[in-house]
Amino acid sequence: MVKEFAIITKSAEETQNFGIEFAKKLKKGDVIALYGYLGSGKTELAKGICKGLGVTQTVSSPTFVIVNEYSSAKFPKIFHLDLYRLKTLDDIINIGFYDYINENMLVLIEWPEHVEDLLPKNTIKIRLAYTDENENSRWIKLEIN
Amino acid sequence: MAIFTFAVETSCDETSAAILSDNTVLSNVISSQYFHSEFGGIVPELASRAHIKTIDKIAGSALEKSGIKKNNINLVAATRGPGLIGSLLVGYNYAKAFSIALNIPFIGINHIESHLFSCFIGQDEIEFPFIALVVSGGHTILFLVKDYTNYNVFGETQDDAAGEAFDKVAKMLGLEYPGGPAIDNLAKDGDENYHSFPSANLKAQIYDFSFSGIKTSVLYFLKKRFNDKSKLPLNDICASFQKAVVTSLVEKTMLAAKNFGIKSIAISGGVSANSKLRSGFLKFENDSYKIHFPEKIYSTDNAAMIGYYAYLKYKYSLEKDWQKELFEQAFARFKN
Repeated sequence: MVKEFAIITKSAEETQNFGIEFAKKLKKGDVIALYGYLGSGKTELAKGICKGLGVTQTVSSPTFVIVNEYSSAKFPKIFHLDLYRLKTLDDIINIGFYDYINENMLVLIEWPEHVEDLLPKNTIKIRLAYTDENENSRWIKLEIN
Repeated sequence: MAIFTFAVETSCDETSAAILSDNTVLSNVISSQYFHSEFGGIVPELASRAHIKTIDKIAGSALEKSGIKKNNINLVAATRGPGLIGSLLVGYNYAKAFSIALNIPFIGINHIESHLFSCFIGQDEIEFPFIALVVSGGHTILFLVKDYTNYNVFGETQDDAAGEAFDKVAKMLGLEYPGGPAIDNLAKDGDENYHSFPSANLKAQIYDFSFSGIKTSVLYFLKKRFNDKSKLPLNDICASFQKAVVTSLVEKTMLAAKNFGIKSIAISGGVSANSKLRSGFLKFENDSYKIHFPEKIYSTDNAAMIGYYAYLKYKYSLEKDWQKELFEQAFARFKN
């Protein structure tokens, strides 16, 4: 059964803080898929999650480089993927997608829509959207299998 | 005797090979351009294992265009990182095999380091120190470069790279890919004071950049003001957005130049081709600053800059014991 949970954050900082708290529950091998349109806060949340995992490197958007790699004491390999520029399954398999998904690694995926069929069953899905409240407010929904 | 360098770059989308004679580029073949002319515009699929299919053709074409025989090559270089691991492995191993077969030195090059020196391709000596801004789709980083191998990062983007912001805003506006040149062109006939998009000022980190806020504010601006996308004042929006991004890049770089007392500035990476960015920096030439830009072909990913930096390192003997390095690399493979 899918467990669901949603909150609304009021600022980029609150979005990050949510990520920090969420990260405390993560373990090696987890795959986290971040859904949401341009500017909805995926990278901001990824920054928070990485902070919570103990990463001290700068976490930035991997849209162009496709994969950023970070590490922390507890998580020696964290991959931050962004599939925005990859349009076909062939492209995605060609970048070595399966090599990144592995029980020793923790993987964050932005624009996972493009890889829906390849995601492991227990992928944690997070959906982000704008709200009408203000420019920095975001609706964040968590789906855990 | 001249040093003939064979260089390969496969860190991301592009497969590229180049031949240099000392500091001079004899050939520089890049896959997107190569296939564009060969197959009437069909660009092969993106990244990684696609390199396997193209590397031999690209390398062969680079050799042919250079007029240099394989046996005359005496230095081999390839991008070692950063980049997509699958992509890097293809070019790196191809180049390494090439060097082992010819029994000549091989040198692995850091992709970003090679960007730092891409403004100086063709020169034999570089005046140090200089401040380097590497600004592309993937990176926005400020360096203080003291020597050929001695530099440090003192500023970088905390979220999106500048080139990425250009592309994503272009997408919101329904413009073609790549978005950078499209926005640059439209902005030429636009009013840059049409709207003031916030150029983020990170107070605690004066040399760091942030461009995701500008992206989001463009999105909200479009949502609030324009229900009908066909009525967008594209020229004015492009000019205003471009002004916000360029102002931040120029101001922070020049602030560093002033604070560090450095007169030489090198701007490289794909966004260095932006006309507003160029004019923004070139203004400072009046104040006795030396502003360096790479030729356009060397601003995006290419093997010539890898070869040029390898040549500099070799010439200044910065990587000393070639055969020892080769041996150690071979030995490391057996150990694992």
